Amino acid sequence: MFELSGDVRPHYRWLFDRCGNMSTEEFQKKRTIADNAFLTQGVTFTVYNDQEGTERIFPFDLIPRIIPRAEWEKVERGLGQRITALNLFLHDIYHEQKIVSDGVIPAEIIRSAVHFRPEFMGFDVPKDIYIHICGTDLIRDADGNYLVLEDNARCPSGVSYLLENRQAMKRVFPNLFSRYLVRPVETYCVELLDVLRFIAPNGNPEPNVVLLTPGIYNSAYFEHSFLARTMGIEIVVGADLVVQDGAVFMKTTRGLQRVDVIYRRIDDDFLDPLVFRSDSVLGVPGLVDAYRRGNVSLANTIGTGVADDKVTYYFVPKMIRYYLDQDPILPNVETYLSYFDSDRKYVLENLDKLVVKSANESGGYGMLMGPQSTSEQREAFRQAIEKNPRNYIAQPVIQLSRSPSFCDDHFEGRHIDLRPYILYGEKVTIIPGGLTRVALREGSLVVNSSQGGGSKDTWVLDE
Amino acid sequence: MLSRVADALYWLSRYTERAENNARMMDVNLQLMLDAQLLNTRTQQHWESIIYTLEDTELFKKHYPEITGDAVVDFVTFQRKNPNSVYSCLAFARENARTVREQISIEMWEQINRMYLFFLTGDAKRLFHSSTYEFYKWTLEASQLFQGICEATMAHEEGWEFIQIGKFLERADRTSRILDIKYHILLPSGEQVGGNVDTVQWMAVLRSCSALEPYRKHYRGQVMPWKVAEFLVKNQTFPRSILFCVDSVDHSLHKITGVDRGDFQYNVEPERLSGKLLADLCYVTIDEIFELGLHEYLDRIQLRLIEISKAILKEFCEWLENEDEEGAQLQKQSQ
Repeated sequence: MFELSGDVRPHYRWLFDRCGNMSTEEFQKKRTIADNAFLTQGVTFTVYNDQEGTERIFPFDLIPRIIPRAEWEKVERGLGQRITALNLFLHDIYHEQKIVSDGVIPAEIIRSAVHFRPEFMGFDVPKDIYIHICGTDLIRDADGNYLVLEDNARCPSGVSYLLENRQAMKRVFPNLFSRYLVRPVETYCVELLDVLRFIAPNGNPEPNVVLLTPGIYNSAYFEHSFLARTMGIEIVVGADLVVQDGAVFMKTTRGLQRVDVIYRRIDDDFLDPLVFRSDSVLGVPGLVDAYRRGNVSLANTIGTGVADDKVTYYFVPKMIRYYLDQDPILPNVETYLSYFDSDRKYVLENLDKLVVKSANESGGYGMLMGPQSTSEQREAFRQAIEKNPRNYIAQPVIQLSRSPSFCDDHFEGRHIDLRPYILYGEKVTIIPGGLTRVALREGSLVVNSSQGGGSKDTWVLDE
Repeated sequence: MLSRVADALYWLSRYTERAENNARMMDVNLQLMLDAQLLNTRTQQHWESIIYTLEDTELFKKHYPEITGDAVVDFVTFQRKNPNSVYSCLAFARENARTVREQISIEMWEQINRMYLFFLTGDAKRLFHSSTYEFYKWTLEASQLFQGICEATMAHEEGWEFIQIGKFLERADRTSRILDIKYHILLPSGEQVGGNVDTVQWMAVLRSCSALEPYRKHYRGQVMPWKVAEFLVKNQTFPRSILFCVDSVDHSLHKITGVDRGDFQYNVEPERLSGKLLADLCYVTIDEIFELGLHEYLDRIQLRLIEISKAILKEFCEWLENEDEEGAQLQKQSQ
């Protein structure tokens, strides 16, 4: 919101004045309106390891984050470039693996990636698109540059909060919207449905699209239900589907009905107990066979996890150069791969200064925050890294940019990141802005909802 | 519509209806007991008959040393280990609602959630202890509000018809059980059939079905056992009579299948069963019922309602792995 000099950044001026004129009581009242809206609508997420009453609201901060048009356009170009490269990478990896034979990525990195699915080598996916929906986490460094922190190319979640946040803001601050030209986000579900219809098997013009959820106990069930409702498609659990003669059907009161496209919010491992984890009760026996025969399309496709492995992440700028012959528009955060001997030496010597992440965890789990860690924690990570160097990366601690948040009864700076949602169908579509997550605990750099994070509305200006 | 969704809507509706009926039954009988003290009846035997008609005697005995008014009221109202208690029914109803949130209106969800939270937070028990009357009033009105919201906010399409079927099948079953309570209550020695105590007990039966005033309007006279039975079994316009409920089930079934009702047609097994039961109820006379024995007659009705319920689940939800209707639900809850 502020320049280094302490001046208000120009696009925040009006908001700053408006908030300055408001009393704490007035602000608190607005906040109550918003909180009640979330609670009664059941905009909640589930906290595991708790008994009854496990649904909480995702804390919402009323001060919007504002992104000027030019700044956003650069982000948009960078994300488009990135998802294009990632899809080319996945196609290559599941076919000739030229990027490996040309020496850009070591073969072992691919082979050992947990989410790499060698059984799908040579398999062609509809329209050659692997990642249809991607959530890429961005942060801004001290100079205001956007850096990519990670890609979420399997089942990124959170988009429903973004849409609900906007609804809440319109209710609470209608006047601000008439003052600022804020680009709308409401078309997301229409665009998503277009993407899902686009990848229907055999170009079927009227495909039956469903959303496959693990069920009501999943932490993101609200979102699954929200998206299905907004797209007007059926939300199904594994038990609603059955595979017959290599095709997928859903069980309805009028008999079996063919399913063409599945927007699945279940990880690869649980999709089909005949192929992956045999103890999965969430999936559908025979689903992978139907998929292989081209009778049903999945979004995202199976095996995209090799692209969002944190070690693969290190190579994305190289992919962009390799496949597109372009310089990356959005750089990565500086990253050390403990897989490389020299990097590992540096990482082990500087554990107290770095953030160490294991390659396949998400949600803020499996992480070492060096400066705040105890010597026991560092020792545990040292042993883990030496035992399995492939599985760890390290990054310098980035001071995430801060944005004012309303805390109890006053405003304080809190660290934020940004997760834009990228759709890849007939064209690349990026919903303006994204989900801005806030580390609401003072001084915290962790924005995950499971770790005390909240969110705020994100405005991309159209002027 | 998905079979699982139809199943969940059906059970959501059955469980809310069951919660309401059980609450009303407790409310009425608690009030009746106030009179019973005066009339010097054996109260324990009265509560026994309630547990007996609910077919929960064994479960009850597992959790309570003896049958007392307090124990029965707790068992039927608050006991989570009793799957048919008001609290359990609301919890199951809410759980079913949660799995089909995108199918029901937001208002329906909010109301079912509110009812469940009332019990979960302990507000229900606090209100019960400060005023039993207020507590049952709240519970009954909350359920009625839910049904009104459902009527007014949900599109009257296939899913809504499944909600109707669940509600009316449950209600028919409960009405038959409430009527049957009287069979198990013996009159104190020295009391006459048609005497004071007998009449008070029959009035309690009517009140348990919200039927006392409609009954009076209909017969304009004394509360007579055979008339009460006739009213609750065969009345065509009272919405809690067994005939009315079965008629509604039959109507909804034909809405779902699209088969014309007018020509006695049926397409699927549940329609055949509901049509057959409906015809029996229409053409049976109250003398025939009493000749057979009211208890035996109600027993048969209950079995036929279960038969219809099973046929519906088999016809429309054959894909779901239901062994029997109650068992499958319990499995669902414990996952």
